[in-house]
Amino acid sequence: MTQERLIKVEALTRVEGEGGLFVRLVGDRIEDVQLTIFEPPRLFEALLRGRKLEEVPDITARICGICPVAYQMSSVHALEAALDIEITEDIRRLRRLLYCGEWIESHALHVHLLHAPDFLGYDSGIEMAKDFPNEVNRGLRLKKHGNQLLEVLGGRAIHPINVAVGGFYRTPRHDELTPLIPDFEWGLLAAVETTRWLASLNFPDFTRAYDMVSLVHPDEYPMNEGRVTSTTGASWDVRDYESEFHEEHVAHSTALQSSRGAPQACYHVGPLARVNLNRERLSLTARRVADEIGFETPCLNPFRAIVARGLEIIHAYEEALDILRTYRPPAIARVKYDHRAGQGCAATEAPRGLIYHRYEVDAAGLVTLAKIVPPTSQNQRQIEEDLRDYLPRILTDDEAATARQCEKLVRCYDPCISCSTHFLKLTVQRDG
Amino acid sequence: MSSKPKVGVFKFASCDGCQLSLLAAEDELLTVAGKIDIAYFLEATSHIDEGPYDIALVEGSITTPTDAKRIRDIRQRSKFLITIGACATAGGIQALRNWADHDEFVRAVYARPEYIDSLATSTPIAEHVPVDFELRGCPINRHQLVEVIVSLVAGRKPKTPSHSVCLDCKRRGTVCITIAQGVPCLGPVTQSGCGAICPAYDRGCYGCFGPAKQCNTGSLCQQFLADGTPAPELVQLFRNYNGYAPEFRHESERLAELHPEDS
Repeated sequence: MTQERLIKVEALTRVEGEGGLFVRLVGDRIEDVQLTIFEPPRLFEALLRGRKLEEVPDITARICGICPVAYQMSSVHALEAALDIEITEDIRRLRRLLYCGEWIESHALHVHLLHAPDFLGYDSGIEMAKDFPNEVNRGLRLKKHGNQLLEVLGGRAIHPINVAVGGFYRTPRHDELTPLIPDFEWGLLAAVETTRWLASLNFPDFTRAYDMVSLVHPDEYPMNEGRVTSTTGASWDVRDYESEFHEEHVAHSTALQSSRGAPQACYHVGPLARVNLNRERLSLTARRVADEIGFETPCLNPFRAIVARGLEIIHAYEEALDILRTYRPPAIARVKYDHRAGQGCAATEAPRGLIYHRYEVDAAGLVTLAKIVPPTSQNQRQIEEDLRDYLPRILTDDEAATARQCEKLVRCYDPCISCSTHFLKLTVQRDG
Repeated sequence: MSSKPKVGVFKFASCDGCQLSLLAAEDELLTVAGKIDIAYFLEATSHIDEGPYDIALVEGSITTPTDAKRIRDIRQRSKFLITIGACATAGGIQALRNWADHDEFVRAVYARPEYIDSLATSTPIAEHVPVDFELRGCPINRHQLVEVIVSLVAGRKPKTPSHSVCLDCKRRGTVCITIAQGVPCLGPVTQSGCGAICPAYDRGCYGCFGPAKQCNTGSLCQQFLADGTPAPELVQLFRNYNGYAPEFRHESERLAELHPEDS
């Protein structure tokens, strides 16, 4: 009889929120892989019921301190669908600008402080800064630009206060936005340097036949709208999301796990999915850098997601610059509307991938139902499947080293556990 | 305090936003990090030191039996325990369950409620262990966080203002949104710290930094009611991110009792 072994990561580090990893082996055969999520549930979908719909972008922002804009954008678009509100082109552009700020801030944080240390052998970005001061300082400056944009347009970087159903509470004055331009010009060049640096890292030789899913929009790189599209070629209107994508409650997770189709299969959302499905709609500089560094698409190596994030930082800077340079304060800050009973849904692209919201509201403007599917709960099964495939290649008797390799793979997804709970802990158990 | 105090950052039920504020202090981050020994900070580093700690920064509220035990253990291993943010100091938005049927809440979100082990209430850290200093805000102000760390390193008491947001608006020169537009605003009863941003963006304050010292919520509500804001709206205005802070809690419960027909 072979020995049972358990490999455990009690608490994953350099991820947002609390989770772990549990692997059970009999001999070298993998019996079970669980991304365990012990983040305490905060029950947002329940507490939203009975609240004024105008409060929803403020409340859902509190699901995640790292990507509050993703929750605000998804909720206002879903509520606007429920109330049949058509926003103006000016508001649409300002929302893209706000999302650019969040992509820059969130990606710069993940790339420099959370993930790059894995590739270079450090415990943290702060440790890494001692040997790579230029790279880390440049990264912190990029992150700061993202925050500055969020502060001007959103009122503050974490839990912005300026996002409203129908638009914004107040649109920025010309003299508030334009001073950002010189920093963003510097940032665009710096983001190119960052991406070249990321492309020079050593990537494990590991690819999988992923089903990747992101929004696709005919004219632009996806942020606030588009058709839900898979690399298999299938695509769906957002209103059909729930008939294709399913959530399931498993015992080892306070996050619900997503799967799609029949038979229900896992899928991959995030920057790699977006670049693979939308490369030709990246900004000019991002496309040029992708060509220069030889970033082949479709890219099926999850570790290269860090490079996809670099490309998206470039894109976000370039698009933000375009909006900043041509900015004229809009005639109206937000579109007026009347309350009515209805329901609506929307999907947008959070830094970590596709996020879906659906709401039902009553004639008094109160929420009667809320459904929120964050990116990490969609990636959770995919991460478990990746680990099953990756573990045999890295498994040694040194369980701490094995666990570190597993964590590095998990971090490719930039999991946001606070978000997904309604979500992560590595425990490896060997039977046998 | 010794020259390099050991700092632990701990998370309970929360959004990560307040601990992110430490990483969001880009200009100060590497300097501050040089002055302290980051002994436990899961979000930022894989280096884990089990303590004891000189300073524990605690984010989040207590919502599970496991967490109720964990905070007592952290308290025992920490010299100074500082709560950071509205969840840790007042229970957070998840404290809305304190006025609801928790089991029904769990059933509404999870298909298999039996997998979920959570408490019927979301409570602040101070209800479980003694707290040395509370930093307010949803999210906290990163400058205040840096001030707290720097002052503890220097061995002095942290200085954070306790006046109301209302005063900050006057300083900023923001036209009063309640007087000019009739919008209900919690600025007069909310502690300073955010920079009085909401009124500067044409909306009323919704109380992210919790009750200001000696706030007169009753008098403010009397005015809002007289101006035509329905009581249930005011109940909700007090019951959000700091809804379970005593002053806001009492006001919302008083309003709900006075106007049961509207609630």
